[in-house]
Amino acid sequence: MKLTLKVWRQQNSQEKGRFETYQVSDVSKDMSFLEVFDVLNERLINEGKDPIAFDHDCREGICGMCSMYINGRAHGPWDETTTCQLHMRAYNDGDTIVVEPWRAAAFPVIKDLTVDRTAFDRIIQAGGYISVNTGNAVDANAIPIDKHDADAAFAAAACIGCGACVAACKNSSAMLFTSAKVSQLALLPQGHPERKQRALNMVAQMDKEGFGSCTNTGACEAECPKGISLTNIARLNREVLVAGLSSE
Amino acid sequence: MLNAKIPAGPLETKWSKYKSTVKLVNPANKRKLEVIVIGTGLAGASAAASLAELGYKVKAFCFQDSPRRAHSIAAQGGINAAKNYQNDGDSVFRLFYDTVKGGDYRSREGNVYRLAEVSASIIDQCVAQGVPFAREYGGLLSNRSFGGTQVQRTFYAAGQTGQQLLLGAYSALQRQVALGNVKMYNRHEMLDIVTVDGKARGIIARDLVSGKLERHFGHAVLLCSGGYGNVFFLSTNAMGSNVTAAWKAHKRGAYFGNPCFTQIHPTCIPVSGDHQSKLTLMSESLRNDGRIWVPKKKDDNRKATDIPEEERDYYLERRYPAFGNLVPRDVASRAAKERCDEGYGVGASKMAVYLDFAEAILRYGKIEAGKKGDDNAGKEEIIKLGKSVVAEKYGNLFDMYAKITGENPYETPMRIYPAVHYTMGGLWVDYELMTTVPGLYALGEANFSDHGANRLGASALMQGLADGYFVIPYTIGNYLADELQTKPIPLDHPAFVETEKAVQDQLDKLMSIKGQHSVDHFHKALGKIMWDKCGMARNEKGLTEAIGEIQALRAEFWQNVRIPGSQHEFNPELEKAGRVADFLELGELMCKDALQRKESCGGHFREESQTEEGEAKRNDDNFSFVAAWEYKGPGSSELHKEALTFDIVHPTQRSYK
Repeated sequence: MKLTLKVWRQQNSQEKGRFETYQVSDVSKDMSFLEVFDVLNERLINEGKDPIAFDHDCREGICGMCSMYINGRAHGPWDETTTCQLHMRAYNDGDTIVVEPWRAAAFPVIKDLTVDRTAFDRIIQAGGYISVNTGNAVDANAIPIDKHDADAAFAAAACIGCGACVAACKNSSAMLFTSAKVSQLALLPQGHPERKQRALNMVAQMDKEGFGSCTNTGACEAECPKGISLTNIARLNREVLVAGLSSE
Repeated sequence: MLNAKIPAGPLETKWSKYKSTVKLVNPANKRKLEVIVIGTGLAGASAAASLAELGYKVKAFCFQDSPRRAHSIAAQGGINAAKNYQNDGDSVFRLFYDTVKGGDYRSREGNVYRLAEVSASIIDQCVAQGVPFAREYGGLLSNRSFGGTQVQRTFYAAGQTGQQLLLGAYSALQRQVALGNVKMYNRHEMLDIVTVDGKARGIIARDLVSGKLERHFGHAVLLCSGGYGNVFFLSTNAMGSNVTAAWKAHKRGAYFGNPCFTQIHPTCIPVSGDHQSKLTLMSESLRNDGRIWVPKKKDDNRKATDIPEEERDYYLERRYPAFGNLVPRDVASRAAKERCDEGYGVGASKMAVYLDFAEAILRYGKIEAGKKGDDNAGKEEIIKLGKSVVAEKYGNLFDMYAKITGENPYETPMRIYPAVHYTMGGLWVDYELMTTVPGLYALGEANFSDHGANRLGASALMQGLADGYFVIPYTIGNYLADELQTKPIPLDHPAFVETEKAVQDQLDKLMSIKGQHSVDHFHKALGKIMWDKCGMARNEKGLTEAIGEIQALRAEFWQNVRIPGSQHEFNPELEKAGRVADFLELGELMCKDALQRKESCGGHFREESQTEEGEAKRNDDNFSFVAAWEYKGPGSSELHKEALTFDIVHPTQRSYK
């Protein structure tokens, strides 16, 4: 296949960016989307040009590092798929593909397609944990957990923290990310002692980082590579409401 | 001979006796002691969090954009623990025994027993943190089987166990960051160890965004930087996984243990072309239900589903009736290679075997139909029911396979082939996890300690968390108790200045070459040498050639590598160049180690040393030792030995027949 790539290039966070157009040929259907960038970068290096910087690491769809906004969709056309798992079978000869970084005020561009997502770490620091020091635990089977709750907690915990939800949202809201962690811990008995403060503090941090508000468009759920459900946002809203009403 | 400092006394009491007699540091003094942790995977995150909880001042470093990205996150299948929740006869002793045997009698009894002992506490700790393990309808934890064992002791969270365990450790770490006990450095890479009077006292790190070098002091330094499988270029490791932290430590005096012990995982998606950047694992848990086979006829080009049952060779079940498809990884990998080398391989490349779920789908379908009381269910209905059971167990893996290959594994068998997955070798450490450099520790995959010559499935997660949560918090006190009088060393101390200069010189050198070929060009060339000559089967001739070829490739790298951009900016090519430079040195040492070990054991298969049936043949008289290599200048190393003694488990020819 021959493809035309229009890629966002930006030297660093201060300078203005622009789209550059590249023609790539000999693309096989078996290649992953990132392998096309590997091949293109190899060519740019050989031509003495600056290769395209993009985040990636595990390339098996679990680390959450890859983050390309492809033809107007976070992680491209396949549902529940990260950029690294997108394969070129998704495209036809002659296609033009526009590739941008995540765009959100809370995710400043570092270079080209690489953005700074440390805001997510700070949201977790605000309460995305259970306060249990190493060595303090009771026997694991001393806390039986209803299988449905355990499964629901797992489904929420499957979030990989990639930020596609923020990129897909017209408000750049981080509600899906934040609610996934709040939900996981609210569904488990271990998370109950801290649930009120957790919900309030994580939402406060989310606002402080400059993420927008949620207007329930559902774009986040539609683009989430791990299928994190919108019901988590409903649960977060309930947690915040209950915490607010019952606070002292 | 090296001394591992294994405590005296009976195996069962070594660790408890150590814990109750080891030196302690009081809480007020812990606040004055600084610890540097490199890497934030299971070992690093759990260690950093646990030490910070104790009161130490911790600085943690990761090269990724967040500590949650470390490659532990990709572990799929599960984590072993001797809980015996299934009442199937498991015990600390059995986990210990299976691990020593699985490692082909090249690990330390004392270390492995401790690992088995603390395994149960890991599960307790993770559940308390909110890790959502799989559960039964009664609300209690579920288990499954893994290779090399005959009990169900593996805890799991669908096919994402590593992710859930890492997020548990990450959340504990983030809690300590919020409390101000850990200072976190994302997108930072450690480029050298600073030693003062022979002790580790800090690091030189590069801020990967600005390109600036930084000096950091610590009373102790913990390397939790993972394994070195990427020396092969193609592996199941993350793209950024590297040996640099461990290798720099090696060059500063830390011995490297058993570098040739690498694990080739039997079930990975085969290479599809030259563009391939990495390989993807299909979890070992699939071997619970999948049957591995090749056609009985060479060069059989029929579709898998067109080959009748009697013309299929289920070679693992044929060769190893007792363990069948659940033989350990090294055995399964070699058996696949043997069939493909003999011409029975499948797929376009002929370098693949089938992993087939058709029978499991039928079996589960019949059970489901039986549950519904539908004794007259037709085959189609049974298959439909069976597929839904298989989807529930392995759905995410099947989906991943379909995305990568474009084939539907519910309809046609998966094609799989072995790939580099894990490295048992690593920095040599004693019982306290300290390297040969005082104050420098290595945890998790970065050390060599517990898996011998072959790691059993679901044991890497166990070891990483054991080291971080339950071993280092005790053992580090034994060193730091004597460091209370050591004031933080000023960053303008000559040791910091000189070490930073060495790092700066290497960066300048790399940037100044401006040669013809990209970093990946050299990395791929190295990977090919390693895979062909130091991979699943090794021999004297190949290894000798490989050493020469690697030396030549290294020389060419330093004259002809091309790195774009500058060092004073975000420059991923420069990061890769530094890592590949270290792989080019490590690769040679791996070949040297494989050359000296004239026996087969675990993942190390020397063609000169095999039984008549083609199984690995150990030589306990001459090779019952840990090979610990000391760096003696470029391309030069000296071998030290740590004798292995077995008081409890007596080495025998490992049999899974």
